[in-house]
Amino acid sequence: MSFLDLKNVTKIYPNGTKAVHETSLSVDEGEFMVFVGPSGCGKSTLLRMVAGLEDITEGDINLDGKLMNEVDPSERDVAMVFQNYALYPHMNVYNNLAYGLKNRGIDKETIEQKVNDAAKLLQISDYLQRKPSMLSGGQRQRVAMGRAIVRNPKIFLFDEPLSNLDAKLRIQMRLEIKKLQQKVGVTSIFVTHDQVEAMTLADRLAVINNGIIEQLGTPIEIYDNPESLFVAGFIGSPQMNFLNGNLTNKTLSAEGFEIKDINSDFEGEVTLGIRPEHLSQTENGLINLKVDLVEQLGSDNLVYGQLKDKKDFCYRCPGNQTIEKGANLSLNIENNKYYIFDKSTGKRVN
Amino acid sequence: MKIKPLQIIAHIILILGVLLMVVPIWISFASSSHDSVTILTEGMKFHIGDQLARNYNEVLNEKGGWSEEVTAAKMFINSFIMALGIATLKVVISAMSAYALVYYRFKLAVPIFWLIFITLLVPLEVRIFPSYKIVSDLGLTNSYTGLILPLVASATATFFFRQFYKTIPDELLESAKLDGANAWSFFIDFLVPLSKTMIAAMFIFMFVYGYSQYLWPLIMTTAEEYWTVVMGMKIIYTESYEGVALPRTAERFAYIILSMIPPVLVVVFLQKWFIKGLIQTEK
Repeated sequence: MSFLDLKNVTKIYPNGTKAVHETSLSVDEGEFMVFVGPSGCGKSTLLRMVAGLEDITEGDINLDGKLMNEVDPSERDVAMVFQNYALYPHMNVYNNLAYGLKNRGIDKETIEQKVNDAAKLLQISDYLQRKPSMLSGGQRQRVAMGRAIVRNPKIFLFDEPLSNLDAKLRIQMRLEIKKLQQKVGVTSIFVTHDQVEAMTLADRLAVINNGIIEQLGTPIEIYDNPESLFVAGFIGSPQMNFLNGNLTNKTLSAEGFEIKDINSDFEGEVTLGIRPEHLSQTENGLINLKVDLVEQLGSDNLVYGQLKDKKDFCYRCPGNQTIEKGANLSLNIENNKYYIFDKSTGKRVN
Repeated sequence: MKIKPLQIIAHIILILGVLLMVVPIWISFASSSHDSVTILTEGMKFHIGDQLARNYNEVLNEKGGWSEEVTAAKMFINSFIMALGIATLKVVISAMSAYALVYYRFKLAVPIFWLIFITLLVPLEVRIFPSYKIVSDLGLTNSYTGLILPLVASATATFFFRQFYKTIPDELLESAKLDGANAWSFFIDFLVPLSKTMIAAMFIFMFVYGYSQYLWPLIMTTAEEYWTVVMGMKIIYTESYEGVALPRTAERFAYIILSMIPPVLVVVFLQKWFIKGLIQTEK
């Protein structure tokens, strides 16, 4: 049995809403697991069930070999960083960090030692006497993490902790969280709706949609091999291009082009997915793109345009290429990196 | 700096308001420093007279009442105990019942809240006979318990605390839970410190409410040692009206001035907290 084990966990709210469907998942000790999905997909509910803040309707949650279903949150030895940090507004930073330790009946000197160590690690030693209202967003974020670290819990739970920060700080804190987790080595679960955060932080990633884990794997596995239409569309930025097509006899025919010798026996209507970064310009390529708009990011250009059938399409090319609005580009798919999904079920077929 | 006409008008209005509040108190105070004969013959005074010490000494230490057993000083103590008891218990009970109503999601929370709320429509004066019956059956007449207990439930304060607790984000409770706080420590370590300005405000209101109670102590107490200031104001010098003695007007003014001191002290003392809470917005 692994460190954290979820077995057929289901959450049904009293009003009948099914937030999480029979989810099974294991997290190894020291692993950084990220739950990613659109808002309302049940990822936070799943996290809160691990924390004990939501009851489990069905299924079991085991942590470190112990069944947690009926264990009170305070007894679970988990620490959580909330989206709005939930710092204690009337206590100074020192007491914010020390409160959990005091409740555990730890003696004063040990508490002081632990708080000072955590403060040093997070570089908040100078603010220990301040109230949370006198701190900046980044400092508050650090205090919230300090409160989790200081207790030395079995597992860290992060509930979208970076979404209240501005873009620059978010990237900085993302790095710090990752470094910190590697340094401390505590098993962590991080919930986010931001796929870039998910990709950068995760050892393993669970893509969740409608209360179901659509795919579980390392970020690269998920990026390279999305198993469903949803995962393919959710992971990757800019989003994967989707085209309608028909697969018969190992030949895919889409609007305006055909791909032969496809490694699939599926027959019927399909959706073809091509990532904007898996395209390159050639003469007599498969896809003809009429350019509407170019976004110059410096390192890359994002080229938006339309295919023959007026379908929107995006192509990503290196920033040193100049592409004019209104130009006609001929594109090829690099290394046959395309994905074919059953149109009715959304499952990958190639 | 130029002063605009509008500012002058505003200041005049404010000064008039201040005078309206202060002048009656000043007249009472000035009048309390003359002897009663002067007041009776010449009317109320604006300047300080020479009888100040004598009048106040007499009011505080002279025994009065039907059987001449109770002094004004004793009545001040009684009123202070009663008001303090009422205010303290009201705040404690309201805060705790609001805590239960907001955080324990039992089925009857809403009906119970409204039940508490409609007691606003039934003030003590309306239920005074049943209340008296209960207190006297419990043998609590002529006791501080009897004076305080029937007045300690407060719908108003419960309502205010409830509204305040509802504004506290759920994450705070969840975070405290994960930090090992139980129901009691969440109340003591979080809700009480967060609502301390509210507690101070409620305490002031309830203290003044308790201090100014008239009808309840009048009915409740037959022994003079439990008389309160507000009752005493009516009763203490009544013997002066009987027979040929002159009404003791000056002493009455002294008594009125003294009776204002405890509530003023409470307000002055708690105001510090109040303002502190307003400056440091902690939520």
